[in-house]
Amino acid sequence: MTTQPVEVARRTVALTVDGQLHHAAEGGTLLDVCRAAGVDTPTLCYGDTLTPRNACRVCVVELEGTRTLVPACSRKVEEGQVVHTDSERVRHSRKLVLELLGSSVDLSVTDGVAAWNERYGADPARFGPAAAPAAAGERDAAVTGEHHLPDPAVAATVAQPPKEDNPLYVRDYGKCILCYKCVDACGEQWQNTFAITAAGRGFSVRIATEFDVSLPDSACVYGGTCLAVCPTGALLPTAEFDLRRTGAWAPERQHATTTVCPYCGVGCNLTLHVQDNEIFKVSSPSDHSVTHGNLCIKGRFGYVHVQPPKRRGPDGPDR
Amino acid sequence: MDLKLTSIEPSPAERAAVDGLLGPPAGAAALRAERGGSVLRAQRHRLLPALWALVERVGHISPEGLGYVARRLGVPPAEAYGVASFYAVLPLAPMPTAHVAHVCVDLSCRLAGERSAELRARLAADPDTTVVDSPCLGLCERAPAALVSTPGAPPQHRLEAAPRREVAQRGDASLVLLRRVDVVDPTDLDAYRAHGGYAALRRAFDIGPTEVLREVLDAGLVGRGGAAFPTGRKWQAVAAQPARPHHLVCNADESEPGTFKDRVLMEGDPFAVVEAMTIAGFATGCEHGWIYLRGEYPLAARRLQDAIDAARAKGLLGADVMGRGLSFDIEVFRGAGAYICGEETAIFNSIEGYRGEPRSKPPFPVEVGLFGRPTVVNNVETLVNVLPIVQFGAAAYRRVGTESSPGTKLFCLSGPLVRPGTYEVPFGTTLRELLALAGGVVDGRPVRAVLLGGAAGSFVGPDRLDLPLTFEDTRAAGTTVGSGVVIVFDDRADLLDAVGRIAAFFRDESCGQCVPCRVGTVRQEEALVRLTARRDALDVPGSTAGDLQLLRDVGRAMRDASICGLGQTAWNAVESAIDGLDVFGDSSPEEGTE
Repeated sequence: MTTQPVEVARRTVALTVDGQLHHAAEGGTLLDVCRAAGVDTPTLCYGDTLTPRNACRVCVVELEGTRTLVPACSRKVEEGQVVHTDSERVRHSRKLVLELLGSSVDLSVTDGVAAWNERYGADPARFGPAAAPAAAGERDAAVTGEHHLPDPAVAATVAQPPKEDNPLYVRDYGKCILCYKCVDACGEQWQNTFAITAAGRGFSVRIATEFDVSLPDSACVYGGTCLAVCPTGALLPTAEFDLRRTGAWAPERQHATTTVCPYCGVGCNLTLHVQDNEIFKVSSPSDHSVTHGNLCIKGRFGYVHVQPPKRRGPDGPDR
Repeated sequence: MDLKLTSIEPSPAERAAVDGLLGPPAGAAALRAERGGSVLRAQRHRLLPALWALVERVGHISPEGLGYVARRLGVPPAEAYGVASFYAVLPLAPMPTAHVAHVCVDLSCRLAGERSAELRARLAADPDTTVVDSPCLGLCERAPAALVSTPGAPPQHRLEAAPRREVAQRGDASLVLLRRVDVVDPTDLDAYRAHGGYAALRRAFDIGPTEVLREVLDAGLVGRGGAAFPTGRKWQAVAAQPARPHHLVCNADESEPGTFKDRVLMEGDPFAVVEAMTIAGFATGCEHGWIYLRGEYPLAARRLQDAIDAARAKGLLGADVMGRGLSFDIEVFRGAGAYICGEETAIFNSIEGYRGEPRSKPPFPVEVGLFGRPTVVNNVETLVNVLPIVQFGAAAYRRVGTESSPGTKLFCLSGPLVRPGTYEVPFGTTLRELLALAGGVVDGRPVRAVLLGGAAGSFVGPDRLDLPLTFEDTRAAGTTVGSGVVIVFDDRADLLDAVGRIAAFFRDESCGQCVPCRVGTVRQEEALVRLTARRDALDVPGSTAGDLQLLRDVGRAMRDASICGLGQTAWNAVESAIDGLDVFGDSSPEEGTE
């Protein structure tokens, strides 16, 4: 069931995007206009259920009259704006953002990146071979405002071992682009749990609990709201993480079934993601009027009554 | 909010430090969780002061100490950790020794050469002192410099630097901004009044806020922090905002490498800052004034606090200023080692108890600023300029300087000069005249380059010494007045070392929020390390041409796509060194890159 929220009628404004005149509701963003007009705009840190953080800068567009490029995801439409979404300036910055991210973060499971790299001619390898991954805990111990002199032979990355400190989900921060979505979702925008934060500064910024305590020692309540918004696979349910790690990941053998959560009377929709008749992930549609993509621990992880948990040996899960 | 607080108790010293700031906890129940709902949430801006209190008392922030602060203020521990870990001078692990020496490794102190190494060696020789690298401490005229901190009750701070220098122009009748510095006792309110103090505020009350706004607008005063935005327009915009209250923030986070003029003003004439802020508050309808002071200025912090207390005691601050019905008061808020917190919206987040990350603009501070209210943010020097404007009128102010850059400007001269220091000259003075005021280069050596405007500014070569220092002339020449930094490099200086340091500085000081700056500053430094290694005939991958193109590509994306001025300017000085000084011997920019 979907309901339409009642909204006060808004004024519309006229603006020009790539030479075409568009009319858009006041209060909307340039990204809304681009999407409505079918102008493909890359986004990474943007989430449809969250306030834009405009941190990744891959959606930047050229707005006449402003000195710098502006993020389409958060810039509000105004009467008379003239916007260019595919100028040389825009293409250059988008290409560089893709190269800078691609050279420092593992984007192998991030939707859309391969096509954008192709489209903008991005070459993440241009900065040189990747430096060796950090040891476990090394990035979390970084001293703010300090860094070692770079090794001229390699390019620095955020590569590090995944954090597996609980049975339900894995934090693989070598894949983290620092979009802040998990922090915002865990905090005041959805969950109000505030278990995680961005810590440190500059290239040493990482998503962390206080003093990097393990999740079971933190405020985490395992609703998995962070998993739902992560765009890069840095946060994955353990079952999916293991499928990918063991090489058993087979999208062609997967299907998704949407049902209703049996636990309480709220009636959240659950989408069960299944491979070979085994659930590896539970999500909820982000446009669902009740959940907005969020669930609690029971909905997200409490499917043991349909599928007992696997034992994990030293070589991974028993299959 | 669902707070999960640690139950581990803080040490008595930690508890005393936090309670000393916040007062004793209210009752036994508060030992588990502070009560108070909205009252407690309104205390969030005391988070950074509480973390500071821990560091000043016990030297670092322990999990127990952080947990206690979180409990007292109702802040999630993870968020408190995110804030604590943002700042460079808030250690999260115990320091191994009683004293910590923050030794400046920035541009001016590097130019002190062997004396820098000697200072470091002398401090490191003490087994009770840990030496840590620090970005510019704002003591460039006394280079090499270090700040030695000793936690305790009370904490102690000791400067290790060349002897203090009085203002070289002391007593010069043409001085406007520096006229009281080193002449009038900065701790004596009566002496300040005897030397013209509070005449400007009296005239402000006589002519009313609208006329004050008009004078500031007519004077053509623009911001002295680096961005050169017209002050009068900013004031008018805030004055016209219906939302209340309005806030005034004095940006005293002077952290641009090579800048120390605001410190000289705050230490030497603190009442001028207080009076100017009072006028600004009167004109723009602000009841609250904040001085966001960089954490490494302990003397300025004391002088300002003493001046505020003295002014309040005499009815020059408070509920009824000078009996004229104005309610205005000032609070000093100490930063904690973060250059980015000089960015006007990062200041707001820092004061509010969040990570000092710049906000997206629009909305601009004049509409949505500190605590979501209309806010004026002005640099210290900008505010002090308001005194002569209001006291003598815009026309008199405009008699000095040029049409587009009226008034005088403070310049911070450092490097191998005979008399480094702060100099006040009319706009339009040339670089050559300015260097002559400082006695020229030591031993009469030739100038190889001058860094104008600090790390975010640009290098100019010796062919530009006749450049008049105005906003319009420097802009036309592709450089900047910026915050007034003039660092001189003579023919012996290693410019590549300076360029490398600038790149390292931006990498350290990037807040890390946006990709172009967070990763771009890393790639910029890496490319410079490769280029420098190649100069030194080391075998490194890639080519000089390839690395220069990479720098240009990354630099352009940082300038175009970063959120704030830090990322947008992180490539300026490097670019000017490559193109203007030819430091890599291949200066021609490739077609179509600019």
